[in-house]
Amino acid sequence: MQVAEIYNTMSYGPAPESSEAVETWLQQHQQGFQLFIDGDWVQPKSAACFDSINPANGKILGTIAQAGAEDIDAAVAAARRAQPAWHKLGGHGRARYLYALTRLLKKRARHFAVIETMDNGKPIRESRDIDIPLAIRHFYHHVGWGQLLESEMPQLQPLGVIGQIIPWNFPLLMAAWKIAPALATGNCVVLKPAKYTSLSALMLAELCCEAGLPPGVINIVTGDGNTGELLADHPNVNKLAFTGSTDVGRRIRRRSAGSGKKLTLELGGKSPFIVFDDADLDSVVEGLVDAIWFNQGEVCSAGSRLLVQESIATPLIAKIKARMTKLRLGEPLDKNTDIGAIIHPSQKARITALVEQGVKAGATLWQPDITLPSSGCFYPPTLLCDVETSNQIASEEIFGPVLSVMSFRTQREAVSLANNSRYGLAASIWSENINRALDVAPQVKAGVVWINAANQFDAACGFGGYRESGFGREGGREGLYEYLQPLEHSSTTKAPAKSTKAKAPKLKSPQTLTTFPAIDQTAKHYINGKQVRADSGNTLMIKTVDGIDCGRVGDGNHKDIRDAVEAAHKAHNWNTVSAHARAQIIYYVAENLSYRREEFCRRLSITGAISQRRAGQEFDTTIQRLYTYAAWADKYDGAVHQPPLRGVALAMNEPRGIIGIGCPQEAPLLAFISLVAPAIAMGNSVVVVPSEKSPLVATDFYQVLETSDMPAGVVNIVTGKRDNLIQVLAEHDQVEGIWYQGSAKGSKAVELASAANLKHTWVNYGMDRDWFSSQQGEGKRFLREACEVKNIWIPYGD
Amino acid sequence: MDAVPQIEHSNNDLKTSSSDNKTAPSASACAPRNPGVPFQPQWLDDVRVNPSAVQRRVTSLKARRSLKKAWQAAWLLKAVSCIDLTTLSGQDTPGRVRRLCAKARTPVNPETQKALGIEHLGLTTAAVCVYHEMLATAVTALTGSRVVVAAVSTGFPAGLSPFAARLQEIKASVAAGATEIDIVITRAHVLNGNWHALYDEVSSFREACSSARMKTIIATGELGNMNNIARASMVAMMAGSDFIKTSTGMEATNATLAASLVMVRAIRQYQNLSDFSVGFKPAGGISSTKAAINYLVLIKEELGDDWLNPQLFRFGASSLLGDIERQLEHQVTGRYSANHRHPIS
Repeated sequence: MQVAEIYNTMSYGPAPESSEAVETWLQQHQQGFQLFIDGDWVQPKSAACFDSINPANGKILGTIAQAGAEDIDAAVAAARRAQPAWHKLGGHGRARYLYALTRLLKKRARHFAVIETMDNGKPIRESRDIDIPLAIRHFYHHVGWGQLLESEMPQLQPLGVIGQIIPWNFPLLMAAWKIAPALATGNCVVLKPAKYTSLSALMLAELCCEAGLPPGVINIVTGDGNTGELLADHPNVNKLAFTGSTDVGRRIRRRSAGSGKKLTLELGGKSPFIVFDDADLDSVVEGLVDAIWFNQGEVCSAGSRLLVQESIATPLIAKIKARMTKLRLGEPLDKNTDIGAIIHPSQKARITALVEQGVKAGATLWQPDITLPSSGCFYPPTLLCDVETSNQIASEEIFGPVLSVMSFRTQREAVSLANNSRYGLAASIWSENINRALDVAPQVKAGVVWINAANQFDAACGFGGYRESGFGREGGREGLYEYLQPLEHSSTTKAPAKSTKAKAPKLKSPQTLTTFPAIDQTAKHYINGKQVRADSGNTLMIKTVDGIDCGRVGDGNHKDIRDAVEAAHKAHNWNTVSAHARAQIIYYVAENLSYRREEFCRRLSITGAISQRRAGQEFDTTIQRLYTYAAWADKYDGAVHQPPLRGVALAMNEPRGIIGIGCPQEAPLLAFISLVAPAIAMGNSVVVVPSEKSPLVATDFYQVLETSDMPAGVVNIVTGKRDNLIQVLAEHDQVEGIWYQGSAKGSKAVELASAANLKHTWVNYGMDRDWFSSQQGEGKRFLREACEVKNIWIPYGD
Repeated sequence: MDAVPQIEHSNNDLKTSSSDNKTAPSASACAPRNPGVPFQPQWLDDVRVNPSAVQRRVTSLKARRSLKKAWQAAWLLKAVSCIDLTTLSGQDTPGRVRRLCAKARTPVNPETQKALGIEHLGLTTAAVCVYHEMLATAVTALTGSRVVVAAVSTGFPAGLSPFAARLQEIKASVAAGATEIDIVITRAHVLNGNWHALYDEVSSFREACSSARMKTIIATGELGNMNNIARASMVAMMAGSDFIKTSTGMEATNATLAASLVMVRAIRQYQNLSDFSVGFKPAGGISSTKAAINYLVLIKEELGDDWLNPQLFRFGASSLLGDIERQLEHQVTGRYSANHRHPIS
C-alpha cells in the first residue's frame, strides 16, 4: 500500500513476528517427536502418534508420540529412581539446577512465544508479554523456594513422584506452574501436556538436557486423554496435579479415590465480573478485555459473567460495544492481533452450540462487524445481553470469547448472583469505593479476587478455586504445601500405629447398674444448639470394651444429617464473629469442661476400658488442645504478597464453610476436640459424627457447649453408624469439606462420594494418628485443612 | 475588536485550502468550534478514574500495536502534520523564529518526500507556537503557507499575572495575528476544587480569544491526581476550549500517556454529552518517533480516526521532528540517518 494512501486512512498494516527459527526447529523434528524419559528421547513402545496442528491455518506442525502403558511405567520408574538423589541434593543444589533451567528459558523466550502461538493460536503479544514472562517468573520464584525450603519448612519432606496433567490454554505456563514447585520441593515429575499443545513442553525438555538436569527428574510423556488416565491411575505415583475441565477432574478424583495419592485439581470456572455504579467505566471496559477477550476467552478464570448495577447498565454496554469494534481478530503471529484462533474446531463447535442455545433461551446476541479470516478456526468476540440466571449460558463454562451480561440492584444482590454458581475460581470487583470493594471481596466464593483488575497472575500469589473449581493452590507458599508432607507422615503411612490398649480397670460393674435401677440415659443428637431425638426413633446401645451396657445414643440417619447441615448453614455468621470472640468462646469451653474433669474421666475410663491415669491424660490433653486452637484463632494470619504491580495481594485464610467430621474410634474425647476445635477456631461450622464405639463422651460434651455461649449450629453432633453418616455428608452439596479418620475403605468411599461436587477431603486411609502427640495431633496442618486461601489483589494509586 | 478582520481573513484562507482534496487538510480547516455549555456540576460528580487501571491500559497499549515499513512512514508523516513546532525560550530572537518557520513550511526534506511519494500532500507542520513578542516575525515568515501561528498566553507558564492582564494578553496576540491561543489555567482552582471559578476563568479567556481557537493547558503534572485531571479537562471543555492540552512543557512532569488517556476519555465523554468534538494536544517531553506513534495509537484506539488530523490532534514539540526525519530517511534509504543530515529548526 502507498504511503500517501495510508496517510489518509491511518490504518494498521501487517506486523508479523518472525517464525523462522521455530520453523527450522520444527524441520529438525520432521521425523516426529519422541518421549522424554529418563533424560533421553525414546521411541514409544507402540507406533501410535498424532499431529499437532496450527489452529490459525490448519497446517501440521509436527507429529507427536502417543505414550502407552509401558511408556508411562518407564517414565514413572525413571522419576522414582531419580527422586532420592534429587531430594538429597538439597535445596541449594536444586535451586542451582532450576536457576540454570530458568536462565535458558529466558534466553529462548522468543522461540517459546512463537511456538506457543503457532501451536495454540493465541496472539503473539500475549505469549510474548504474558505467558512466557509469567512462566519464567514462576521458575525464578521457585529457585528461591528451593534455596529457602529447609529453613522455611523444616518439618516437611517431598512426596516422591508427581504425575502432572496440563491443559492446552497456557501450555508452557501450566507446565511451569506444575514443574517449578514440584522440583523445588525435591519431587520428580512425569508431565503430560495436552494433546493439542505438546510442542512447548517438548522444547522445554530440550532445555532440561541443556541445563544438565539429572535424568528422570523431569519426564515428558505426550498423548491424549488415555495417556492421561494411565498416568492418573499409575500405582507408583504419589500425587496428581491436574489442570483442566471439571468433568475430567471429577473423573480423576473418582479414579484415584482411596489410593492415598495427594491430589490438586485446578478446574473450570464461571467467574463473576461485578461492576458497581461508582466504578471507572472506561477502565471497566479494558478490564473486560483482559477478563474475557484475553486468550480468546479460553481461560479458566475468565470473567465470563458481567454483573452490572442496573443504573449504569446502558452506558456500560454502549462502551463495551464500542470497544469490541476495536478488537483485532486474525493471524496470531501478527503483533497487532488481539484475538487469535480457537484451539480446535471441536471447541469452536462447542462455543457455537452454547451461544445458539443461549440465544434460543432468550439472550440477545451482539457481535462487532469484524471480518473473520477466511480459513482457520476463529470465533468473534460476543456479547450476550438479557441473560437470565435460568439460561444455561449463565452457569455453563463456555471457554470462548463470550460475555454474558446480567444486572443487579444492590450489593447484596450482586453477591448472591456472584455466588450463584457451582464454581468458585475467580472474581473481579469494580468500584472506586474501597470500603465497598473490600466488603464484597470476602463475601464472594472465589479463590482469587481482583479489585479493579482482571486476570492478574503471579508466582508469589496462590491461584486455585473453591467449590467445583477444584482444590489446592498453585503459586506462593500455599502452592508449595501441595508438594510436601510432614516428616512424621511417612512413618504413619507405613503401618497403622497400635492403638493404645491400656489395662482396663477391673470394674466389677458400674455403680449405677447395681445399687438402683439405672436412670434411663439416652443421649440425643445435638443440632442447632438443641438436643434432638434421632429421626429414626431408634437408638443404639453403647457398651464398654468388656461388653457392659453404658448408655444409648441416637441412631442417626440421612435426615438427621440433613437437619444438622441446615443448622450449620444457618450458623454461617460464625465466620464474621471476630477471631478474638471465637477464641474467647473456645477458652470458655475449655473452662467449663475443666470443671467436669472427674465425670469425663470416669466416662472415658469406663467406655474405653482405659486406666484412670490414661483417661486423665486424655482429658488434660484435650483441655490443652482447646487452648491451642483458642490461641490460634486470632493468630493464623494470612500474608501480604507483593506481586509486580503497584499494589498488594492479600492472601486471606478463609473458613471453608461447613466441614463434616468423622471421628476415629480411639481417643473419643481428644480426637473429637482435636478435629472440631481447629475447624471452628477458623470460623467453620461442623457436623461431627463422634467415635462410633464411644460416642457418649461426645454427647456429654454438648452440655459443655450449651453453657459456653457457643452459637447454635456451629457444632452439630450426630451419633450413629459413622461411615454411613459420613457418606451422607460427603454426598451433601452444601458441605464444603470432609475430614475423615477411619478405615481405608471408608476413606475411599469419602473420596469417591466427594467427587460429585469436588469438595475438599482430608482422610487417613486407615492410618492411625497419635492424638496425644503434639506433632501428629495438632498444629498448622489442621489449620491449613480448615481454611481456603483467598488472594485478593488490590492495585492502588492516585 | 481590531483583531476581527484579520481572523476572518485567515478563516477564508483556510476554507479554500480545505476544499482541495489532494493536499492534506491544514491545521484549523473548518473543524466546528466548541461553543461550550453552561456549567454542569453533575458532569464532574460522575467522573471516576482508576489510576492503576489507567496505567495498565497504557502499558498494554504500547505493546498491542506495531507499525512497520510503509505504515510506519505514513503514521510518522501524520505526526509531522500534527506538530505545533514550538520555541518558548527567553533566548528566542526573530532569526531563530524565522528558521523555525522555514522548518514548519518544509518539515521533511523534498527528496525524502519524493521517495515516499507524498509531494502532492504539501506537508507542513500544523502550527508554529511562540511567545507574543515573536508573533510578528512568525506571521510574516509564514505568510502564504498553511502553517497556523499560535501564541502561548495568559501569563504562561504559571498563569498568575493579573487577570485583566491575562485577558489583555490574549487580545493583543490575536490582534498581532495569532489564530490560535494556548492558555494556562489557575491551578489553584483545581487544587481547591473551585470548579465554577475555573469555568468562569476559561470562559472569559474564550471570549477574549474571539474567533481564534483556544487550547487550554491544564498542566496535568501539577493537578495532584488523575481525577483532578479528568475534572479539569471537563470544565475546560464546558467553558468552550477547542483543544485541551496536557502541559506547558515547563512542569516537572509534562505529557504522559496515562494523563493523556484520562484527558482523551474526558473528550469522549464530553462528546457523548454535548455532541462537540474537542481536540487534544499533548506537549512536553515527546521527542521520539516511538513516543509519537504511541500517542497516535492511543488516539486511534480511544477516540477514533476522526481525531487523527491536525484539526483535532496536535503534538506540542520541538525536537520530535528531527527524530522523525531521521526515521523517514532510514525508511527511504535503508541506512540509519544522522542528525546533521537534516536542517535544524
